[in-house]
Amino acid sequence: MNVFDVVGPVMVGPSSSHTAGAVRIGLAARKLMGEEIKDAEILLHGSFLATGHGHGTDLALVAGLMGLAVDDERIRKSFLLAKRQGMSFRFGAIDLGDDVHPNSVKLVLESVSGKRLEVVASSVGGGRIWISRINGMKAGFSGEYHTLIVHNQDRPGCVANVTSMLHEKGVNSATMQVYRSGRGGHAVMVIECDDEVPRESLERLEQLDGVESVTYYSPA
Amino acid sequence: MFGSFLDILEECKENNTPFWETVCRDDCREEGISEEESLERMRAIWQAMVDSDRNYDEHLKSKSGLTGMNAAMVKNRREKEGNNTLCSEFESRIMERALRISESNACMKRIVAAPTAGSCGVVPAVLITMQEKFGFSDEKMIQALYVTAGIGGVIGERACLSGAEGGCQAEVGSASGMAAGAAVWLLGGSDLAIIHACAMALSGLMGLVCDPVAGLVEIPCVRRNVVGAANAVTAADMALAGLRSTIPPDQVVDAMKSVGRQLPESLRETGKGGLAATPAGREISRRLNEGSVGAEV
Repeated sequence: MNVFDVVGPVMVGPSSSHTAGAVRIGLAARKLMGEEIKDAEILLHGSFLATGHGHGTDLALVAGLMGLAVDDERIRKSFLLAKRQGMSFRFGAIDLGDDVHPNSVKLVLESVSGKRLEVVASSVGGGRIWISRINGMKAGFSGEYHTLIVHNQDRPGCVANVTSMLHEKGVNSATMQVYRSGRGGHAVMVIECDDEVPRESLERLEQLDGVESVTYYSPA
Repeated sequence: MFGSFLDILEECKENNTPFWETVCRDDCREEGISEEESLERMRAIWQAMVDSDRNYDEHLKSKSGLTGMNAAMVKNRREKEGNNTLCSEFESRIMERALRISESNACMKRIVAAPTAGSCGVVPAVLITMQEKFGFSDEKMIQALYVTAGIGGVIGERACLSGAEGGCQAEVGSASGMAAGAAVWLLGGSDLAIIHACAMALSGLMGLVCDPVAGLVEIPCVRRNVVGAANAVTAADMALAGLRSTIPPDQVVDAMKSVGRQLPESLRETGKGGLAATPAGREISRRLNEGSVGAEV
């Protein structure tokens, strides 16, 4: 927490968790997609479903997907804006289970070039968010750091390859998590870094043996 | 962030710096930013607070239709009745501002969460009205915001700043404590008076529950911001008169945390207890739920 967490953020109301956090979730999903979104299925869970309409959570999620910032007063007109810019969207209900935060949403997205992306994310208070799944795989990160998400085969050496690349580029890791579907199956590494990871390193990582995909999230 | 009010006071004494600067310097050190950079950011926050007051639209109603136009009604009466209102003009303006900014929040306009969106009217209502009355410079107001941040930081570290965790005492209560301390600082009170004003403000609202009707940040949140702001100026005046909280300020925050923990879930932003659970509250909730999520605005 810093002074601007206490006095701030500057945001569009009414709720830091149900409005500002929802915009940030939309923005994070848009960044993960890396291009304009053409279609969005927005599935609301828990408190997002119960009180989301009155808090403008629905407007806020669409606003984030369109790239509006948390303090953009056009948030309340985001449906109209989406229509004008040709982004289609629809809402539904989902039960993501008891162990998921009450302020959660699953986004099923398609980009203008036909790329598909599924994101499960939660608004965890004060406008802060947590992205817990990408394309069905576990991926816990806050979106506050440069984040490297590597999907790979679960076998020896993969973690070492990735971390030695970071070391080589002088990138300091803040947090690191490793998940896998089962021994020898699919695995995911989520590394939050203090510094930006250079583009050429990301391309090199993708070429590595055993690496299936590399997703990079930049907070800026 | 400081873990206690005593830590702030000790550092003020050690470095011979005023309250605001102690908070600012500590934050710059932790965040690795320069004092100029921090001040520039705080200037933008102050401007956003002033704008959130100026940009109030007295014709706007919230999406639910539950709030809007409250501030305009208070203003109209003051202008019509002149000196016959119960509150002084200063207090009446604070009341109006707290309503303006909280209603703007409910109507999806831009505000500064201080410490939260639900309690966003308290700090600017007190500070902007004080600037209007006493003519303080913007520099002074920016410094006052560091005082509010230092106080809010201690409450956040020792207790919490969210209604879901600690009830409304953690939101409007904290905002009231922050505003009380800043008010004392603006009027030249001692560092000790600052933290005691905060302690008295927190004590006055201890136990305040978070019971929003239909789960929305409107009823009673908008008008509770008025209570928080009024409570802040009375606590500040008491502290400036030399009154001190019998319970040390850090212990008051600890008590607030403990009270928050003892609040049942129904009174912590779930919209299930208190005013939300009254027949009228339930009826509003039922009516609003008929308008479904994702409906056209």
